[in-house]
Amino acid sequence: MKPAQFDYYAPASIEEALDKLAELGYDGKVLAGGQSLVAAMNFRMARPPALVDLNNIPELSYIKPTADGGLAIGSMTRVYAVEHSPEVIKRFPLLPEVAHFIGHAQIRRRGSFGGAIAHADPSGQLPGIAKVMNANCLIRSKGKEDRWVNASDLIIGPFMTVIEYEDLLTEVVLPPNPPRTGSSYQQVARQNGGYALAATASVLTLDENNHCKSVRVILMGVGEMPILSNKVEEILVGHEPTEEAFKEIGEAVQSEIDPATDLNGTAEYRRDLIRVLVPRSLALSFDRAKKGS
Amino acid sequence: MSQLFPIKVTVNGTVYEREVEPRLLLSDFIRHDLGLFGTHVGCEHGMCGACTILFDGEPVRSCLIFAVQATGHEIRTVESLGSPEHLHPLQEAFHEKHGLQCGFCTPGILMTVVPFLEQHPHPSEDEIREAIDGNICRCTGYEKIIESVQAASEKMSSGKQ
Repeated sequence: MKPAQFDYYAPASIEEALDKLAELGYDGKVLAGGQSLVAAMNFRMARPPALVDLNNIPELSYIKPTADGGLAIGSMTRVYAVEHSPEVIKRFPLLPEVAHFIGHAQIRRRGSFGGAIAHADPSGQLPGIAKVMNANCLIRSKGKEDRWVNASDLIIGPFMTVIEYEDLLTEVVLPPNPPRTGSSYQQVARQNGGYALAATASVLTLDENNHCKSVRVILMGVGEMPILSNKVEEILVGHEPTEEAFKEIGEAVQSEIDPATDLNGTAEYRRDLIRVLVPRSLALSFDRAKKGS
Repeated sequence: MSQLFPIKVTVNGTVYEREVEPRLLLSDFIRHDLGLFGTHVGCEHGMCGACTILFDGEPVRSCLIFAVQATGHEIRTVESLGSPEHLHPLQEAFHEKHGLQCGFCTPGILMTVVPFLEQHPHPSEDEIREAIDGNICRCTGYEKIIESVQAASEKMSSGKQ
């Protein structure tokens, strides 16, 4: 036996899960895909007294178009299902592009979209991608009104979110991108499926004159949580995107990041990666926006 | 000991009914409770891929799933592929092309590649490399594994014609 003992509950509906979470309070922990949690439990780094397993709640797995042209994704939808959904590929090509780099295919078969966001691993891709895509998260709990929380307000620190013990993240809604929007993801990792030493994604929308109408850039692996850049908007919005501007942004975001040194790479190296990856991602997004994809 | 849960799980076509503690990993259940030692346990935190099995046809890490979660589901392990007398074409190819040395990683790689070849009957080398990037092999340097998968894809697609 590797993990410490725990009580196990497998509710069959969202309502049952909320009842159980409310009853358990601080002792309860949600088991979603388990690809991070079970690993931590095997090491006994995590010793939750009770698990509430969501894997028997089919109503948490879906990908549904929203009225405005966005998508609503149930929190237990497997990352692999998101990656290969024609709806996702059509509307948000950034997601399959990123998903490809998350763990390995075996991990993505089991790991859940909502679980990865709620886990808020600073090295994970999906919390940052939720931020750069301006995702809204539906949080439900027993006896309280449903709450919608923007991904930027959801994550408040490394492995920390505003989701409380009795709360459940049930749905993530991705708002539609305007026409002439391009997006892209760039990362450097030591091996396929490994954590990125540094990563960035950008979402860029052009006006009819090919000037930047709006832009969002997320910086990952270089701080205690994914960082949504403010500098990029100051420099780019209203202007024609150029290679010089992209380079300037790669430099300007240096003041927004705070990378750490560990055995995989130094802080200085991670800064260099961001300096290179941000212009690269912006150039690709610009190119795709021009093509209207 | 914490509460025992009755589970009913189909492994390689046989239905097993057992009682398990919730903390029992599916990988340990398969090995210790069912005696199916073909599924290997390497790192036990999802990095090495040795414990890969098919869970309702999907390749997953059995060390990151609790046995209690497998109730009502269908599991396939390496034992379902072939017997020593009648190897599965994939096993034959690994044998012929020296796709294994110590063999520790092999069951996980086979169970990863079986569904992969169903979806990609004629894979490119890049596709094979990506398909097995979640499986660590410390002996072969992967070259022979890739050759084995290529050979298997030829065997299996010609067998279908």
